[in-house]
Amino acid sequence: MAQPGYLHELQVEIEAHARGFGLDFFQTIFEVLSYKQMHEVAAYGGFPTRYPHWRFGMDYEQLSRGHEYGLSKIYELVINNDPAYGYLLEGNSLVDQKMVMAHVYGHVDFFKNNYFFSQTNRKMIDGMANHAARVRRHVERQGVDKVESFIDACLSLENLIDPMSQFIRRRTTVRDEDQGAGAGAGAGAEDAEEASDAGEVPRLRAKGYMEQFINPPAFVEQQRQRQQREREKDRRFPEEPERDVLLFLLEHAPLERWERDVLEVVRAEAYYFAPQAQTKIMNEGWASYWHSRIMTEKALSTAEIVDYADANAGVLATSKGQLNPYKLGVELLRHIEDRWNKGRFGKEWNDCDDLATRRHWDRRLGLGRQKIFEVRKLYNDVTFIDEFFTMEFCHEQRFYAFGWNERSGNFEVQSREFKKVKEQLLFQLTNHGQPFIVVQDGNYENRGELLLGQHHAGADLKVDHARDTLVNLARVWKRPVNLLTRLDGKGRLMRFDGRDHSEKSADVAAK
Amino acid sequence: MSQKIDQDHRRFREIVRGKIKQDLKRYITQGEMIGKRGKDMVSIPLPQVEMPRFRYGQKQTGGVGQGDGEPGDDLGSGEPKKGQAGDRPGEHLVEVELTMEELAQILGEELELPRIEPRGKERLIAKKDRYTGIRRTGPESLRHFRRTFKQALRRQISMGSYDPKNPVIVPIRDDLRYRSFRTEAVPQSSAVVIYMMDVSGSMGDEQKEIVRIESFWLDTWLRSQYQGVETRFVIHDAVAKEVDRDTFFRTRESGGTMISSAYKLCAKLIDDHYPPSEWNIYPFHFSDGDNWSVDDTVACLALLREKILPRVNQFSYGQVESPYGSGQFIKDLHEQFGPDDNLVTSEIKGKDAIVDSIRDFLGRGR
Repeated sequence: MAQPGYLHELQVEIEAHARGFGLDFFQTIFEVLSYKQMHEVAAYGGFPTRYPHWRFGMDYEQLSRGHEYGLSKIYELVINNDPAYGYLLEGNSLVDQKMVMAHVYGHVDFFKNNYFFSQTNRKMIDGMANHAARVRRHVERQGVDKVESFIDACLSLENLIDPMSQFIRRRTTVRDEDQGAGAGAGAGAEDAEEASDAGEVPRLRAKGYMEQFINPPAFVEQQRQRQQREREKDRRFPEEPERDVLLFLLEHAPLERWERDVLEVVRAEAYYFAPQAQTKIMNEGWASYWHSRIMTEKALSTAEIVDYADANAGVLATSKGQLNPYKLGVELLRHIEDRWNKGRFGKEWNDCDDLATRRHWDRRLGLGRQKIFEVRKLYNDVTFIDEFFTMEFCHEQRFYAFGWNERSGNFEVQSREFKKVKEQLLFQLTNHGQPFIVVQDGNYENRGELLLGQHHAGADLKVDHARDTLVNLARVWKRPVNLLTRLDGKGRLMRFDGRDHSEKSADVAAK
Repeated sequence: MSQKIDQDHRRFREIVRGKIKQDLKRYITQGEMIGKRGKDMVSIPLPQVEMPRFRYGQKQTGGVGQGDGEPGDDLGSGEPKKGQAGDRPGEHLVEVELTMEELAQILGEELELPRIEPRGKERLIAKKDRYTGIRRTGPESLRHFRRTFKQALRRQISMGSYDPKNPVIVPIRDDLRYRSFRTEAVPQSSAVVIYMMDVSGSMGDEQKEIVRIESFWLDTWLRSQYQGVETRFVIHDAVAKEVDRDTFFRTRESGGTMISSAYKLCAKLIDDHYPPSEWNIYPFHFSDGDNWSVDDTVACLALLREKILPRVNQFSYGQVESPYGSGQFIKDLHEQFGPDDNLVTSEIKGKDAIVDSIRDFLGRGR
């Protein structure tokens, strides 16, 4: 919908304030949507077009229902794209619209500058539309049910990616070692290959009496062992456990062309959304920090303050047993700013045990602003919490860790101890709270079966979900699939052979 | 306005219907929908549509919160959601809502129930006003604002007195438009369902639960077939009385059983309130089949033959198996009435038999 004139004026004003504060963002386009359109866009993950799938319809229904019952309301929505799109809800008060705009500029600045977004596709609106077109084409050729059920299977594996692989080279395409060895063998290489196939160590030709000098037994033995190691390595497939399970499936599963294409789409979108999951707390914190500064220092008129305070309080409200990423993010950023303004960092600060001195510590460095901009550039949620979530902050903000109490059948507060809280927080942020699953063997038991393994980090998988996921995995792999995991402290091998589930105890240490 | 999402939404509803249909038998026997019933909606938990993933159970992992509370304080047993506001829909237990009508439709399709042909004698005709058009005169309360202003705008533009810079539109008398209505005759079919239940000592909680579940589904189907459905509830042991729905399912008496008392009251209800020419009448009687005396059974059969059967669409007798009842009554009915009579019996051996029993009762399309 076209943007009404008065909103355009607002946008110009807010944009100038944001720039004035040093925010650096893509061009941002605001659109006003009716709540129905808003729910549609939200169900599509912020995009105007997605491939056809019932899950979007389900999300749409739940959003609409939450709205009808007055339980939830989507204030704002913004997509990481260049230009960025922000959506405003039609009929919101002017104060709300201002606040949302300021918030959106915070997000867009974050998208543009945070390192973890550096690999995302900035033309994702087009990307999504292309994906939609690709999938629709397959639907036309293969039929709705066939494609849809395959998408279901892929989505069920969607979280088995390796978000960090975009920044690290995990594997070398060619085995360097082998190349070196091949060159060294020189003229004898062909012979050697034949010989090694037969399981023998290649020997240089020698007259009988020279044999033990030209091919000394110790060396031959060493070579034999080396060959054996190599052969074992060859037999291992993949050589190293592969965290990007979807990539492994793309490369090695016997997929039809359309299936491969659909899987590629799902994987690409999973990677696109991954940084948002990795930086949820920071992103929301950063946007909240800036909407609050822009609003309170620049954009608000006196008449609007109460309404703004009301809306802002809603955003930052905490409730029992829930972590509000907006609240945690914004408070931690403010805490960092304050610390760097007062010089509360470095060796001297860390070594100081005197509470009174600490309380009045103020070096008047004024480095806060600079520091938080640096933080927004270089950190993600895990590193952000790991580095800046201090004991003072934890107590000040009254964090606690909670857990399930089997006896009472309730969740309950377990501890306010700093170490516990932080551990818990880091655990739930690491890998976005998802279990680490890797491909361990693509030719398990030499039967072409797939073996996945879980790096058990203290929590068990949800068994019913794991079973259903194995069914979907088998749909993609087209051969029996296995999962090595640990339940109640014991190693278990879960297996689905295309028809039945089975489970047996297994030696987890073997992984 | 049509939206792109409509297609996905429709698909989702189709899947929901499919899943419910698949598991309808389980839903019926467990009676879990009844507790979640709103005015004309039911809410059904549907974990089957959740996307399975390799993930942790929240009970395993716990979490971090902020605010009041000492170690040991209770946070409730619900799955806490992570963060309220966000850019992606959160994970939660999927619950879908169905209108009673949709539910009835699913029930009908799955059990292959025929639609009921309302009795044709003298169809009741009701008058109904429908807004069908626009006219230039009418009461102020029916004034059509948008059409009025549209007309005024049209007039002002054509007269050249409209100024886009100062868009003030003032309707004059000639611009006023009103909704007009037409009175239509709508054939109306209303139905009354009279539930009778034996609440003597031999009917235990389990038996009553079966009746409760079954009556829910019977209600649902009949309501989908008629516009206005009334329900009356009669309980009886040695004497019968009319009660409200709640009492009906809760009461437990210890007296003996005289079924005729209920049938008498049923006949009286029909006499007093529901002339058969205007009403489709459905008496249902649930009992464990234990009647006090042979004489009383004879009286029942006479009542049925003379007073009830000629006036109702169908009389349904459901016999719930109980450890105390002899189960004799159903046999007596079978002796007296053949398959051509508008009397249906069904033996309900347990919760699993509810589905078949519903089919027995509703399968004739009467």
